[in-house]
Amino acid sequence: MGDVFGMSEKGMKRKFSILEHELVPKHEILSIEEVVKLLKELGIRPEQLPWIRASDPVARELGAKPGDIIRIIRKSQTAGESIAYRFVISG
Amino acid sequence: MSVGISREELDEVLLPAKKLLPVRVYSEFYEKVKDLPLTKEELQRIVKLLINEYLSSLIEPGEPIGTVTAQSVGEPGTQMTLRTFHYAGVRELNVTLGLPRLIELVDARKIPETPIMIIYLDEEHKYDREKALEVARRIEATKLEDIVAKVDIDLVTLTIIIELDPEMMSDKGISRDDVVKSLEKIKAISHNVRPDEHDENKIYIEIPSNYDFMKIQKLRDRLLKIKLKGIKGINRVIVQRRGNEYVLITDGTNLESVLKVKGVDPRRVFTNSIHEVERVLGIEAARQALINEIHNVLEEQGLDVDVRHVMLIADMMTLTGTVKQIGRHGIAGEKPSVLARASFEITVKHLFDASARGEVDELKGVAENVIVGQLIPVGTNIVSLVMNPTLAKPSQG
Repeated sequence: MGDVFGMSEKGMKRKFSILEHELVPKHEILSIEEVVKLLKELGIRPEQLPWIRASDPVARELGAKPGDIIRIIRKSQTAGESIAYRFVISG
Repeated sequence: MSVGISREELDEVLLPAKKLLPVRVYSEFYEKVKDLPLTKEELQRIVKLLINEYLSSLIEPGEPIGTVTAQSVGEPGTQMTLRTFHYAGVRELNVTLGLPRLIELVDARKIPETPIMIIYLDEEHKYDREKALEVARRIEATKLEDIVAKVDIDLVTLTIIIELDPEMMSDKGISRDDVVKSLEKIKAISHNVRPDEHDENKIYIEIPSNYDFMKIQKLRDRLLKIKLKGIKGINRVIVQRRGNEYVLITDGTNLESVLKVKGVDPRRVFTNSIHEVERVLGIEAARQALINEIHNVLEEQGLDVDVRHVMLIADMMTLTGTVKQIGRHGIAGEKPSVLARASFEITVKHLFDASARGEVDELKGVAENVIVGQLIPVGTNIVSLVMNPTLAKPSQG
């Protein structure tokens, strides 16, 4: 995961990506191994997670497909940083 | 670290805490403990105590957090003023606040009653009022009707005579050529626009000969509404000084287009329309926007509601990937249990539909168990006995 949030030298000259907006937390798609580990740890089926639509602007930007799980690293007012997951659904 | 231990040892002792605690709690703890003259054993005991304290302050399984949230937001809500408006820092621009705004948020309305945007500018434009105004002009939607002095219809020569207001034009930064160009884009009259050669504020438009009077009137109204410049939906832009930078506050909102305008800082563009945030920035941004907005409304009224309650509301509203309202057409209306739905609103309809469809109520929630007179699955009663018959078999022989 690298440069999604990095700004290029000229800053604004580059096309703006919504991932840089201050309201948008960091999203990343989990690998298969991570998915298996996560579901085992939580003891749930993927559709029991909160959902995110595949047509969601951020999901589209990342190229997430229905069935993927996205890890969201939120800046939390209480915990500093908190991790949440969303299951990508079609639609 | 006079008597204390080395940095590596410190990190090693603190590792269990680092793994478990939230980032903020841990860093606060680390800052406090790192320079204290402690022995390794003392530090280990502190870490152990801290971890125990943290675990015991977590919400326990079976805690009815939804009910607690409802009470914690509902009670202060009764104290909110019904005063609808508050000035958004500028005399001319009001924003809805207080109870009406809170209702609007939890109802997930598509368009807020008073849509506004706060637009921050990039390095180049934010320190200079003139440059800020320049960006403001790019954003503010200007229609023909905003810059005309009068529009006449001459029925003898079949022309529409547009007389522009030079003062308004220079204020909005529009020339007559811009107006002519915009007019020529309209198909019906694209070749019939004639700027006056002597009076530079006049434009003549020849009306196609097959137009009757009604049609001419309609054409005139249509011409007045055409957009010459700016972004659709943004009716007014006010430049305001905040600290050492200039900020634009708008009446009306259009996040998608404003993000693309040259001179704005797209990372910090704010809109109070949750629906727009969801559409342009995604569901997670909408969740964050909901938390911010609800919390601000409560705080502005002097009500001290813990953010965690607000977070729960926002989490529930964004659970399915789209922003859903709390009420009848959202969370409360989509509960799986018939009895729970019926106990909320429109009782008869829900019971009627459920019986027609042959719905089954699993009695898993609180409301339905209250209705049938059982213990509710909350607190200690959330535990249920599970038997796995396949596991029991081998020992029986």
